Amino acid sequence: MLAYIIRRLLYALPILIGVNLITFALFFVVNSPDDMARMQLGVKRVTPEAIEKWKAERGYDRPLLWNAQAPGVAAATETIFFQKSVKMFAFDFGRADDGRDIAREIATRMAPSLAVALPVFALGLFAAVTFALLLVYFRASYLDFWGVVFCVAMMSVSGLFYIIGGQWLVSKVWHLVPISGYAGGADAAKFLVLPVIISVIGGIGSSTRWYRTLFLEEITKDYVRTARAKGLSERAVLFGHVLRNALIPILTGVVVLIPLLFMGSLLIESFFGIPGLGSYTIDAINAQDFAVVRAMVFIGSLLYIVGLLLTDISYTLVDPRVRLQ
Amino acid sequence: MRLVGYMLLLSVLLAACGPVWNDPYPAADRGRNILYTAFTERPKHLDPVQSYSEDEVAFTAQIYEPPLQYHYLKRPYELIPGTALEVPKARYLDGQGYPLPDDADAARIAFTDYVIRIRPGIVYQPHPAFAEQPADISRFHTLADFPNRGTRELTADDFVYEIKRLAHPRLHSPILGLMEEYIVGLGDFAKSLKQSAPANGGWLDLRRHPLSGVEVIDKYSYRIRIKGKYPQFLYWLAMPFFAPVPWEADRFHSQPGMAEKNLTLDWYPIGTGPYMLTENDPNARMVLERNPGYRGEAYPCEGESGDREAGLLADCGKTLPFIDKVVFTREKEQIPYWNKFLQGYYDASGISSDSFDQAVQVASGGEITLTEGMRAQGISLTTSVATSTMYMGFNMHDPLVGGDSEAARKLRQAISIAIDQEEFISIFQNGRGLAAQSPIPPGIFGYVEGRAGINPDMYDWVDGKPRRKSVEVAKRLLAEAGWPDGRNAKSGEPLVINLDTTATGVGAKSRIDWLNKQFLKIGVQLVVRSTDYNRFQEKVRKGAVQLFYFGWNADYPDPENFLFLLYGPQGKVKFSGENAANYANAEYDRLFDEMRAMENGPRRQAIIDRMLTILRHDAPWVWGFHPKDYTLRHAWLTNRKPSKVGHNTLKYQHIDAATRERLRAEWNRPVLWPLLLVALLLAGIAAPAIIGHRRRERMSGVAD
Amino acid sequence: MKIVPLWSDALLILLLALVVAGAWWSRKQAHLKDAWRKVGASGTAMAAATVLAAFVVVGVLDSLHYRPALPAKGDGPVQYSNEVLSVLDALLLPLKSRSEKTYSAPLATHLFAKESLDGEGRDFPRLKHGGVHLGQDLAAQDGDIAMRVLTGLGLGVALWLPLWFWVRKRKIGAGDTAMGSVLGTAFVMLLVAGPVALLSAGYHVLGTDKVGQDVLYLTLKSIRTGLLIGTLTTLIMLPAAVLLGILAGYVGGWVDDLIQYLYTVLNSIPGVLLIAAAVLMMQVIIDTHPEWFATSAERADARLLALCLILGVTSWTGLARLLRGETLKLREMDYVQAARAFGVGRLAIMLRHILPNLMHIVLIALVMDFSGLVLAEAVLSYVGIGVDPNTISFGTMINAARMELAREPMVWWSLAAAFAFMFALVLAANLFADAVRDAFDPRAVK
Repeated sequence: MLAYIIRRLLYALPILIGVNLITFALFFVVNSPDDMARMQLGVKRVTPEAIEKWKAERGYDRPLLWNAQAPGVAAATETIFFQKSVKMFAFDFGRADDGRDIAREIATRMAPSLAVALPVFALGLFAAVTFALLLVYFRASYLDFWGVVFCVAMMSVSGLFYIIGGQWLVSKVWHLVPISGYAGGADAAKFLVLPVIISVIGGIGSSTRWYRTLFLEEITKDYVRTARAKGLSERAVLFGHVLRNALIPILTGVVVLIPLLFMGSLLIESFFGIPGLGSYTIDAINAQDFAVVRAMVFIGSLLYIVGLLLTDISYTLVDPRVRLQ
Repeated sequence: MRLVGYMLLLSVLLAACGPVWNDPYPAADRGRNILYTAFTERPKHLDPVQSYSEDEVAFTAQIYEPPLQYHYLKRPYELIPGTALEVPKARYLDGQGYPLPDDADAARIAFTDYVIRIRPGIVYQPHPAFAEQPADISRFHTLADFPNRGTRELTADDFVYEIKRLAHPRLHSPILGLMEEYIVGLGDFAKSLKQSAPANGGWLDLRRHPLSGVEVIDKYSYRIRIKGKYPQFLYWLAMPFFAPVPWEADRFHSQPGMAEKNLTLDWYPIGTGPYMLTENDPNARMVLERNPGYRGEAYPCEGESGDREAGLLADCGKTLPFIDKVVFTREKEQIPYWNKFLQGYYDASGISSDSFDQAVQVASGGEITLTEGMRAQGISLTTSVATSTMYMGFNMHDPLVGGDSEAARKLRQAISIAIDQEEFISIFQNGRGLAAQSPIPPGIFGYVEGRAGINPDMYDWVDGKPRRKSVEVAKRLLAEAGWPDGRNAKSGEPLVINLDTTATGVGAKSRIDWLNKQFLKIGVQLVVRSTDYNRFQEKVRKGAVQLFYFGWNADYPDPENFLFLLYGPQGKVKFSGENAANYANAEYDRLFDEMRAMENGPRRQAIIDRMLTILRHDAPWVWGFHPKDYTLRHAWLTNRKPSKVGHNTLKYQHIDAATRERLRAEWNRPVLWPLLLVALLLAGIAAPAIIGHRRRERMSGVAD
Repeated sequence: MKIVPLWSDALLILLLALVVAGAWWSRKQAHLKDAWRKVGASGTAMAAATVLAAFVVVGVLDSLHYRPALPAKGDGPVQYSNEVLSVLDALLLPLKSRSEKTYSAPLATHLFAKESLDGEGRDFPRLKHGGVHLGQDLAAQDGDIAMRVLTGLGLGVALWLPLWFWVRKRKIGAGDTAMGSVLGTAFVMLLVAGPVALLSAGYHVLGTDKVGQDVLYLTLKSIRTGLLIGTLTTLIMLPAAVLLGILAGYVGGWVDDLIQYLYTVLNSIPGVLLIAAAVLMMQVIIDTHPEWFATSAERADARLLALCLILGVTSWTGLARLLRGETLKLREMDYVQAARAFGVGRLAIMLRHILPNLMHIVLIALVMDFSGLVLAEAVLSYVGIGVDPNTISFGTMINAARMELAREPMVWWSLAAAFAFMFALVLAANLFADAVRDAFDPRAVK
C-alpha cells in the first residue's frame, strides 16, 4: 500500500513537469518579460532603463528556455524556465508582481475559500442524495417525472443568474444578509449563508439527477430483488441496501473533488467579495500576473493528482476486493 | 424538514445580531466615529517612491505628509504648506552659482534653489522601527506582534533620505527618469548607488552617500537644487514622492526574514500624517486609524464661492482630523458596491466608482440630478470637473490620417466633428463630463471660458452656448479631403479607419457599437481592434495604430502637464515620450519651450492661446471630454469636496454616526415573510412525499 | 453583394452535412434505427427537438454571411461595405436599423430616462422608432398593442393549421413518433412568435439597450454564438478524441501510456486557467496579424473558433477516456478476434469494426456536452476570456446587463431576455440529450 502510494506520487513528477511546460509556453507567448515589466510599472513615464531594472531584479533577464551563452549544463539551467520551475517543486513560489510572497498569500487565502467550499460540498452532497433517494422511492410516478424535469430546469439556468438573482432578492429586497464581504471567525456565518445556499441550489439539479441514475442502476440488481423478496420494506431496501452499495460510486466520484475544494470558486468569490483563492486566480488572470497563475496551476494539478490517489485508496477502503499493487 | 430547521436556526442566529441583519460590519463598531468606504483595485505599492496610481495614493496621501499640500476648498488649486513652514520661494542662480534677480530671463538661469523649512515638533506615528526589539524576531508575523513601539521627531534628514530613495537600486520610482533631468546630481547618484548596493538585499544606508543637489542645512531645513527654471517643481513637492521617510524604517524592514512575511515598507507605510495604517489586507480590508501623535491642523476658513452655502465652512478652525477610523473594504463587483451604498453601509462613493454612474439621472443639457428615491434618502451629489482629459489620438505617422497635408487635416477634422462627444457624455458618462475644446481642462491656467475658449474648427457659438458643427460640415470636409461620402474620389474604395482600444470589459461592446454609429453618419467604416493593455501599448509604441483611445490625468494643475502631451520631443515612437500621437509642429514646440517656465500671467495666456490655435487647426486628437468628478454622499457625511490632485482629503471629513445608525436601521428592516414562505414551500414539497409514502406502505402491506 | 464564408460558417455547414449523412447511414443500421425510434416516441424529446430546430434555423440563417455592395461610384469596380451581414440581419433589417438613443423599456414609446427638452423642462423624450405610428395619440397605445397581439395570435393559428392538416393527412413520422407533441410545441411557439412579430413592427418588444439597439435583435443574434460554441467545440475535438481514444485502447503499450500521460496532464490543469492562458495567447496572435482579417467580423470569428478549440482541448479528455475503455472491451469481442485471426489489418479493424460501434458514445457526448458549453460561454465572458467583445452572445449580454441592475429604476429587460432565451435553449438541449442518451446507451435504465 505504502509502496503503491509512493510510486503513484513519483508518477506525479512527469505530469507536473508537463503541466509546467505547457503553462510556461502558453504564458510566455502572451507575455514577454518586457510586457510583464510594463504592466507592473504602470502607465505613466516608463523608461527602458526601468524595464531592464525590473527584469534583472526578478530574474527575467535570462533567456527563456535555452541559454546559448552559458557553458555546459548551465545552458539549460541559466534560463527563466529552469530557475522558476525548480523552486516550484520545493513549494517556493516566489513573489507576485506586486512583491508579495505567493506562498504566504495562498496560505492566508485558503481559509476563506474552504469556509465557502466545505459547507457547499457537504450540504450539496447531503441535499442531492436526499432528493435523489426521494425520487427513487417514488420512481415511475408523477413525483419522479416532475422531479426530474425540475432538476433539468435547474440545470439549465446559468450560475450567473442564481448569483445575480439571489443577491438582488435576499440582500437587496429582503435585507436578510449582507450583500458581500467576509470576516473571519464567528462573524463569517452571516456572509457565508447566501453564497453557500446559492452554490448548493446552483449545483443541486445535476447532482440529484446523477445520484438518481446511480440509485436506479443499483435497484435493478439481483440482490435488491432478493432483499425485497425476503419481505423487507421498501424503506429498508433503499436505506439498507441501495444507499450503502451506491455509496461506492458516490464516494469515489466525490473524493477526487475534495482536494480541489482548496482552489475555491471563481464566480462566488468575486461576486461576494470573499478573499479566497478563486478571486486570487481571477485577479491574477486579469493582471496577467504570471508568477501567481503558474503557482495556482501547479497547486491545482498537484491537488488533482492527490485526488486521483485518494480515489484509488478509497476504493480499497469501501471495497475490500480491490487491491492496490 | 431539516432545511426548515436549518432556516429557523439561522434566523435565530441572525436575530441575535440586532435590528438589522445585513450589517457587514462587526456589531461592536456600531455607532462609532468610523468612515466606511471601498476600494476596487488592490493597491500594488504603498511605498511613497513607488505609488503613483490613484488606488494607491488614496492610502498613502493620508499617511505620508509631503512638504506642501493643496488647499482643500479653493479652486483653482492652490499650494499651501503641509509639513513645511511656508511655500518655498525659488532662488535663481547663474552658471557660476551667483544669485540672479527674480525677474531674470529664463535663459540665464542655470540653477534654481528651493530651501524648505519644516515645522518643528512634528512626530512620527508610533512604530516598532523606532524602538528596541528582542533579538529574535523570527516569531513575529505581523507588525502588531512586535512588543515595543516608539516615535521620534521629524527632521530635515528624513526628507533628504526619501529623495535619495528615488534612486534606490531596488526600488522603481516612476519619476526617477524625470527627476534625473531636474535635480542636480541625481543621475550620477543613481549610477553610483547601483555599484554600492549590497547584493544580499540588506540595508543600503543612503545617509552615507551624498547627493550633490540635495543637502540638509540644519535640523529643520534642507535645500534642493534643480537645473534651469522649473516652476512646476513645487507641485511635485505636494506629492508623496517627496514625503519624509525615516531611515529607521528602511533599516527595520531590511532585517533578514522580513520580506518573506510581506513585512516591507512597500506594505507598511510609516508617516507623520493624520492617519496610520493599522490593518493591511489588500484582499479584503484596509483600516486607517487616527495617528495619536498627529500635530493637529485646523480646518480651513475660506474656500471658493458657494462653499459657505454648501456648508463646507461650518467646521472652520476646528482641529483635524474629525474621524477616528476609516475602513476600506475591497469591493470587486459593482452591484454589491452600489447596493451597499444605498443601504447606508458605505458613506460615500469610493475611489474609482464606475457603478455610481448608474445612480445619477442626467439630462443631455448637462444638469445632474438624483432619482426621487435617492433624494428622499438624503443622498446628495457634488460635482467638479476633473483635471484630466480623455481623447482619441490620430497617429500622425500614419499615411492615411497622419501627416501635415491639407487632405489629412480635413479628414481628421471631419472625424472629430462626426464623433458627437456630447452624446457620448450623456450616454456613457451620464452627463458627467464636459466636451473638450483643447487639451486643457477647466480649473487649469490657460483654459478660457465662453465664446473665446471654443474650438472654432469644431464648434459654433449659438445662443450663448457652443454647438457642435453639423454632420453636413463634416461631410463637406470629408469630400474636400478626397473622400466624398466616405468613398475614394478616384477609385470608389470605401474609407476604413482602424481604431485601437483596450476596451474589453463590461460595456465595451456598447461603446464600440456607439462609435460605429458615429462613423457611419459620415459614411466612414470603422474597424475596432480591442486588445489587451500590453499589446495596445506595444502598438502605440511602435506607431502601428491609426486611431486610438487614451486619457491623461494631471500630475499637477499646470498647463505644461497637458500641452507636453503634444510636444514634438516627447514623441512616442522616436523618443518614447508621452506624445502618443507623435504630433510634431516646429512652431508649437518653440512656443512650448517658451511657455514652459513662465509664471502664470497674460503673456503666458497669449502664448497658450497661440498654441491652442495651432492644435485646433491641425486636429491631432479627436478632442474628447474632461470627465467630471463627483461625490455621492449620505446626509451624515459632511465636508466632502471632490479633488483630483489633492488626495489627503480624509482628515477634513466629518461623520454624524448617530444619524447613520438611525437611518441604517430604518432602511434595512429585514423582510421576514420570505423565510416563512420557504418553510411552507418545503413543507409543501414534503407533504405529497409523506402522503405518497404512507399510501405505498399501506399498499405493500396489502400485497404482503 | 459578396459572400463571406467565415470559418465558423463553414464548420457549421460541415456539421449539418455530417448530421444529415449520419442520419442516412443510421437508417440502415438496425440498432441505431431502433434507438432513434425510441427518441421519436418520447413526447418530451420531440417537443425539445422542435424548439431546438427553431433555434437551429435562426442560427443557420445567421451563418450565411455576405458583404453588401456599396452604391456604385463612377465606373470604378464595385466596392463592398466593411460590415459583414448575415441573412438573418437582412430579414431583421427593421429591427437592426431602428435604434434609439439609449435605454427604453419593452413596448415603450418614450426613452427610459428624463432629458431636458428644448425650452420645455424635463421629460421623457419620445422614441425615434418605437410607437411612432401612434403619432400624438398615446392613449391609443393599449388598444394598438391589444390589436396587434390578437392579430398575431390569429396569424399564429393560421400558420399552424395547415401544418396540422399536412401532418395529419400525410401521417408524417414512423408509427409511434410523438407528432402530437411536435404539433403542440409548434402551436405554442407560433402563438408566441405571431404577436411578437407584429408588435416588433411598431415597438421594441424587448426594449432597447444602452446604445439603443433592439434587445430582441440582440437575443436572436446571440443564438448563433451559443449554437456554435455548443456544437463546434465537440466537432473540433472529435477527431483527436476518437483517434487517441481508439489508439490507446486498441494498440495499448507505450502508445496507451503516452496518450494517458497527455490527458492526465491536460486534465490536471485547472480548466479556467488553461482556457485563460490559451485565449490570451490566441488574442495575441490575432492582434499581431491584423493583415489576416479583412473585417472585424473575421477577427471576432477567429476568436470564437479559438475559444471553441480551447474548450475542445479541455474537454476531449473525458471522451477519449470513455472511448478507450469501450475499445478495450470491443477488442476482446468475438468478431474482432475473428477478424484478427483472418489477418485483417489493424487499421482496417479499427475503422471497420471498432469505430462504428463507438458512434453511439460520440453521439451521446455531442448532445450531452452542448448545454454545458453554452452555459460555460456566459461564465467565461464574465471572466473576460470569452468571445470577442464585438460578438453578440448571451455571455456579453449578461455581462453588460450586470451594471444595469444597479440602475435606479432597474433596467431588467436585457437580463430577462438573455435569461429566457438561454433557458429555453439549454432546457431543450438537456431534455433532448436525456432522451438520446436513454435511447442509445445500452446501460441506460428506464
